[in-house]
Amino acid sequence: MIEHSDELVQLVGPDGEPVVSEANAPYRERAARYLLDGPEPDAAAERLRGLYRDMALVRRFDVEATSLQRQGELALFPPLLGQEAAQVGSGRALRSQDYVFPSYREHGVAWTRGMDLADVMPIFRGVEHGGWDPAAHNFHIYTLVIGSHALHATGYAMGVQRDGLVGTGDAARDMAVVAYFGDGATSQGDVSEALGFAAVNNAPVVFFCQNNQWAISVPTAKQSRVPLARRAWGFGMPGVRVDGNDVVASWAVADEALERARSGGGPTFVEAVTYRMGAHTTSDDPTRYRTSDEEESWGRRDPIARVRAYLEKYDAWDDAREAALLAEADELGEHVRTTVRAMDAPPASRLFEHVYATPQAQVAAERAAFEAYEAGEPVSSPFEGLLDSPATTGGNR
Amino acid sequence: MTATAVRPAGPAPSDLPHGVAGMPFAKAINAGLRAALASDDKVLLMGEDIGALGGVFRVTEGLQAEFGEDRVVDTPLAESGIVGTAIGLAMRGYRPVVEIQFDGFIFPAYDQITTQLAKIHFRTAGRIELPVVIRVPFGGGIGAIEHHSESPEALFAHTAGLRVVSPSSPQDAYTMIQEAVASPDPVLFLEPKGRYWEKGDVDLDAPVGVGAAARTLDHAAVVRPGTDVTVVAYGPTVHTALAAAKTAADEDGTSIEVVDLRSVSPVDVPTVVASVKKTGRCVVVHEAPTFHGVGAEIAARVTEECFYALEAPVLRVGGYHAPYPVAKLEHDYLPSVDRVLDAVDRVLAH
Repeated sequence: MIEHSDELVQLVGPDGEPVVSEANAPYRERAARYLLDGPEPDAAAERLRGLYRDMALVRRFDVEATSLQRQGELALFPPLLGQEAAQVGSGRALRSQDYVFPSYREHGVAWTRGMDLADVMPIFRGVEHGGWDPAAHNFHIYTLVIGSHALHATGYAMGVQRDGLVGTGDAARDMAVVAYFGDGATSQGDVSEALGFAAVNNAPVVFFCQNNQWAISVPTAKQSRVPLARRAWGFGMPGVRVDGNDVVASWAVADEALERARSGGGPTFVEAVTYRMGAHTTSDDPTRYRTSDEEESWGRRDPIARVRAYLEKYDAWDDAREAALLAEADELGEHVRTTVRAMDAPPASRLFEHVYATPQAQVAAERAAFEAYEAGEPVSSPFEGLLDSPATTGGNR
Repeated sequence: MTATAVRPAGPAPSDLPHGVAGMPFAKAINAGLRAALASDDKVLLMGEDIGALGGVFRVTEGLQAEFGEDRVVDTPLAESGIVGTAIGLAMRGYRPVVEIQFDGFIFPAYDQITTQLAKIHFRTAGRIELPVVIRVPFGGGIGAIEHHSESPEALFAHTAGLRVVSPSSPQDAYTMIQEAVASPDPVLFLEPKGRYWEKGDVDLDAPVGVGAAARTLDHAAVVRPGTDVTVVAYGPTVHTALAAAKTAADEDGTSIEVVDLRSVSPVDVPTVVASVKKTGRCVVVHEAPTFHGVGAEIAARVTEECFYALEAPVLRVGGYHAPYPVAKLEHDYLPSVDRVLDAVDRVLAH
C-alpha cells in the first residue's frame, strides 16, 4: 500500500536555511551528499557548488536566448527563468543510460545531459524542427504538443522492460525513462492515459511535472481542484510534491523516483512546485494576467539566490568564485550568440527529405516538379519512371 | 537506412500447408501476423481484446497463446494511449502492430497518428524511424450500428509521412500485412471488414518485400484486363468492380479493366495512367464520401496526365456527403454493382 501525502518536500528554505523535520528526514538522508550540515560538509560544498554553477550557466543561456529573440535572431524562445532548480536537480539525478522526453522548456535538463545548449536553438531560429540527435545524450527532441510525449515515454519504458533493463541490480544497466511536462499538461487526456498505461504495466517511468503556476495565462487552480500530485494517487502510483525551487530537494525526490523505476518498483509522479518568473514565450505578456505583487513574492524564492545564500551561510562561496563563474557564463553566452548567428536556412531540398524512410512516389514526383520549376524547365510527367516496373497482376481471386 | 532485400516468407504455420485453397480473408491476415511474429522478435501486437478473445473479428485468434502476453498485448481501452505507447516502443526498437477495433474509434488516436507518428521521422531529420502498423477494420456492409462502418482513409492519406493501404483479397492480405510490418515507415492498414469471411487461395510462400522491395505498399495491380473503361478501386470495392466488369462483359460485351490500387498513399499513378491512356475512360469507386476523397485526387491526376487520351470526364462512385447511414439504408449509400455500371454507361455515352 502506498502512503500518500500532500506535504511539500523541502530541504533548503527560501533564505538558504536548512529545513529539518520528521517528514523530510528520509530525503535529508538521501540528499546528504549535498547538505552542508551533513556528514561530509566539504565534499557536499564542492558538489553543491556544481549545482549552483549549473543553474547560473543555464540562466545565463536563458537570458542570452531571450536577448537573441529581441534582436530578431530567433523567431521565438520559451524561457525557463525560475525553474532552474527543478530542472537541474532532477537532471543531475539521472544516469547516462536513462532516457528523457522533455517538453519544450527543459533547457536546464538538456544542460545536465551534456548537450551543447546552442543545439537547442535551431528549432527557435526556424532552421530545424528537431535540432539534435536524441541518441547522443538520451535526450529526445522537444515536443510542442502538450502532453503527447508522456505516452511516448511510457511506451519507451515498456520497451525497456522488454529489453530486460529493469531490476537487474546492475547500476550501469538498469534504466529509467522521464517525461517532463507542466501543470497545464496534466489536464490532457494523453497524460492521464500515460499514467494509466504506466501503472498497469509497472513501467520504469517518472512523470516529472513542473507546476510553474501558469499555463500561459491560466492559473493552476483552473486546471485542478486538488494538488496535481494527487492525480497520480488514483492510478495507484506515488505522487510526491517537492519544492521545485529547492535544488537539493528536487534532486532527492527525483533520485528516489528514478531509483524506484530502475529497480522495478514502477512509475512515480513528481509535482515540482515552482514559478515561471518570465513570460510563457517571448510572444507572451504576463502583465495582462498576473500581478507584480505575485511576481515579487516568487522573486523572493529565487532558486539560484537560495543556493548562494545557503553556500554563504556555511562560508562555502566567495567573490573570487563568483567572478570566475560570471566569466564562464559570459563565455557561454558568447558561444551561443556566435553559433546562433551562424545558423543558416537549410537548402530548399529539405522540404522533401525524410518525409518517409523509404522512397515514396508522391514525394519524389513533387520534388522533381519543384526542382524543374526552380530550374525553369517544364515538367510534363513527374511520376514517369518512379516505379521500377509495371503493375503486377493481383493475387488469386 | 533502407533495406531493399526480399526475405523469404516467414515460417508457415504448422497447421497449414504452404498453399491453402479457400482461405478466409481474416485467416489470411492472421497467418501473415503469425509469420511476422515468428520471423522477428521485435514484432508486437497491441490492442483492445486482441488476446484471449482474438479480437472482435478473431483476426488475432490464437496468437497470444502462441507468442505470450508480452508480444500480443491486451491494452487499456484508450486509442490515443495505444498509438502513443506504440510510438515509444518503436523508438526503443520494437515493431508494434496496433489494432484499432473499428474505423469510427480511431479518432481519439488521430492526434498521435497525424501529429506524432507521421511526422517524427521528418522532425528528427531521419534519425528516428517508426515502423508502426495500425490495423483498422474499415468500411461498411455488415449491418452495424453507428461508428462501425466508416471509411476515413482520405483523412490519413492527406497526411504526409503515413502509408495508407488496403488489401482486397486473402493473398494480398497475407502478403501486405507482412510487408507493412517490415516497412520502416508507419502504415495505416485498412482491412475491408465486410470481406473478412470471403475466401481465396493463398500461397504462404509468396515472397515478402522489405523496404523499397515491398511492392504491395506502392504498386497497384491490374486485376482484370479490359479495353473500354478503367475502373479504379481498392479494398472492399475491388470485389464490386470485378462483379460489375463481369456483368458488363456478360450483358453487352463491354470490356472493363479493373485496377486495384492497394495503396491510396502513395497512389501508383503510372499504372492508372497507363490503363486510362489505353481505355480513354475512368471511373473511381470507393465507399468513402466522394467529396474531397481519394477519387478526387485520382480524377485530378488522370486529367492532368491523360488529358488528350480522355474520351469522357472521370467519374466517381462512392459515399455521400452525409454521415454514414443507419444499417437499413447502407445499401443505398455504398457503391453497388448497379451504381458502378451506371457510371460506366455515362462515361461510355460520351
